Amino acid sequence: MRIYAVFVYLFLYAPLAVIALFSFSAGRSASDFHGFSLQWYATAAGNRLVIEALLNSLLVAFVSSAIATLFGTAAALMLPRVKPAFRMVFDALTYVAIMVPGIVIGISTLIALATTFNFLNPLIAGDAPGAPPLGFGFGSLICAHSLFAMALVIVIVKARLSGMDRSLVEASMDLYADPWGTFRQVTLPQLMPAVIAGFLLSFTFSLDDYVIASFVAGSRVTLPIYVFASIRRGVTPEINAIGTTVMVFSLAMLVVAQVLLRRQARKPAAA
Amino acid sequence: MAEDGIDVRFDTVSKHFGDVAAVDGISFALRRGSFHSFLGPSGCGKTTSLRLIAGFEQPSAGTVEIAGANMVGIPAYRRPVNMVFQHYALFPHMDVAGNVGYGLRQRKPRPEKSALDRRVAEALELVRLPHLAKRRIWELSGGQQQRVALARALINRPTVLLLDEPLAALDRKLRREMQIELQNLQREVGITFILVTHDQEEALSMSDTIGIMKDGKIVQMGTPEELYDAPVNRYVADFVGESNFWSGEVAASDAGGAAIRLGSGMTLRAAYSRLGAPLKVGETGVIAVRPEVIGLYPPGAAPRDLDCQANVQILNRIYLGDHSEFSVRAEGLGDLLVRLPKAVETAGLEPGAAAVIGWRGNQALALSET
Repeated sequence: MRIYAVFVYLFLYAPLAVIALFSFSAGRSASDFHGFSLQWYATAAGNRLVIEALLNSLLVAFVSSAIATLFGTAAALMLPRVKPAFRMVFDALTYVAIMVPGIVIGISTLIALATTFNFLNPLIAGDAPGAPPLGFGFGSLICAHSLFAMALVIVIVKARLSGMDRSLVEASMDLYADPWGTFRQVTLPQLMPAVIAGFLLSFTFSLDDYVIASFVAGSRVTLPIYVFASIRRGVTPEINAIGTTVMVFSLAMLVVAQVLLRRQARKPAAA
Repeated sequence: MAEDGIDVRFDTVSKHFGDVAAVDGISFALRRGSFHSFLGPSGCGKTTSLRLIAGFEQPSAGTVEIAGANMVGIPAYRRPVNMVFQHYALFPHMDVAGNVGYGLRQRKPRPEKSALDRRVAEALELVRLPHLAKRRIWELSGGQQQRVALARALINRPTVLLLDEPLAALDRKLRREMQIELQNLQREVGITFILVTHDQEEALSMSDTIGIMKDGKIVQMGTPEELYDAPVNRYVADFVGESNFWSGEVAASDAGGAAIRLGSGMTLRAAYSRLGAPLKVGETGVIAVRPEVIGLYPPGAAPRDLDCQANVQILNRIYLGDHSEFSVRAEGLGDLLVRLPKAVETAGLEPGAAAVIGWRGNQALALSET
């Protein structure tokens, strides 16, 4: 049993370890290790295309997770107040959004947006001649990413909300705090760990996503798109260095999110 | 403030949840500065009544007045009442002082920090926890959390303090201490307290008045003595203290009492409860006899002036320190409970022995079933 487990983990993590290891190689090949060096990190950091792709990725990740966190939290807060039938449909659709493969989301978003653009662009050209036509780029990327990430945030915040003691809200109302005061001083602080965890998970998802981005990014290049395009020209240790950086960054955020979610699960029991 | 000294008034208040009437057309008025309890089993409407006063629920019909002002449509955060919740509902993300000062911080304009700190210190002093201001909530014991919840409510000097089974989560000894403390606190601050409980002992020991509730209605409201000595029906007699009950057909009725024929053919006479309604001949009535008014004697030793006597066999005896409880079986009466104080001679009254029970007719009550 233990041996079996060891092989499973080896199979899962050995390739990642190899990539991380070779990112420190001094050689030019991604398959031979020639002594320790940080030169490929320097090369990646000096590559204008890499930096531009990274900045694009960070922008999309930040904006889309901010939107997802805002609207996802709002949706989770609203859900207990709507009719049960509507809530069931909404819940089901939320889980569907999480379970549907990225490629399906990518294609369907592409088709939906392309159709919308084809419908709107002639109208825009007619109403406001000279205005730039709608097209794929940051807008469509942020749109697709925030829609998916919103489902994540809804699920996480909803779990926290259902674990929250309803009498805390009543206690606050009883102590003269109006609904907004209660939200600001009691509900939001209670939800905060889940909100932050939701934001971090959304950010990680957006930063790492290739599949959806490849459909809706238009001419914009995000980091995963850049990496994927470079691989076709052969894997260099520079790609390994980029991959390792993204991996460490994502892992760090996942750990923070996990710690936040666990702490909040433990706290009510201790209180 | 109301001119008539009434702090809380319900006028034919109902609250429906779907088809269920949690509170069903109740009316009452509570005197300012009194300690009032709502007593009843779960689902009787006592908690809903409390929530109607707090403003967490709005009545489906009728009016709720606090200090003379109509509260219908007024939300909880604009009512001059504060509540101590069953599980305290202290804010876990604030320390003790943060919790206690919460109500004052919502005031507009917000009090200055020095005034706020002083009031918080006073409130903690009142509940004897001045040294715990900086503690986190989860570091406190159940009894301490209880006191913080009290301080958090009382600091606002509400017209009415609402207590929703506040002692249910405490162990027996601590509960007894808190009961006394709550009573003292109520006298000290002079605020109207309204307690909801299913524990009759708790209600009896603390309250000036008690409302016994059943199925959304108030069955009887009065002082603990009234409820105990003059219950209006079997439900109240059963809920407040303990009684032996026999039901049967009313055979005779006059101004003072009624005779009821039991299923066994035996007829028992009893006086009417001071606050109960007289029974009609032919309807079903109940005889209620408190276990402490029944005498238990060795054969031949019973006094001659007892109105009701029966030969019994002693089934069991439970020694309870200051008194003993006997369960006995009487011919025609079935099993009943007798309670004798320690001072009474109990030699020869052992399980298995034959004995005689008896009581005076004016100590038994003839009641209606409902």
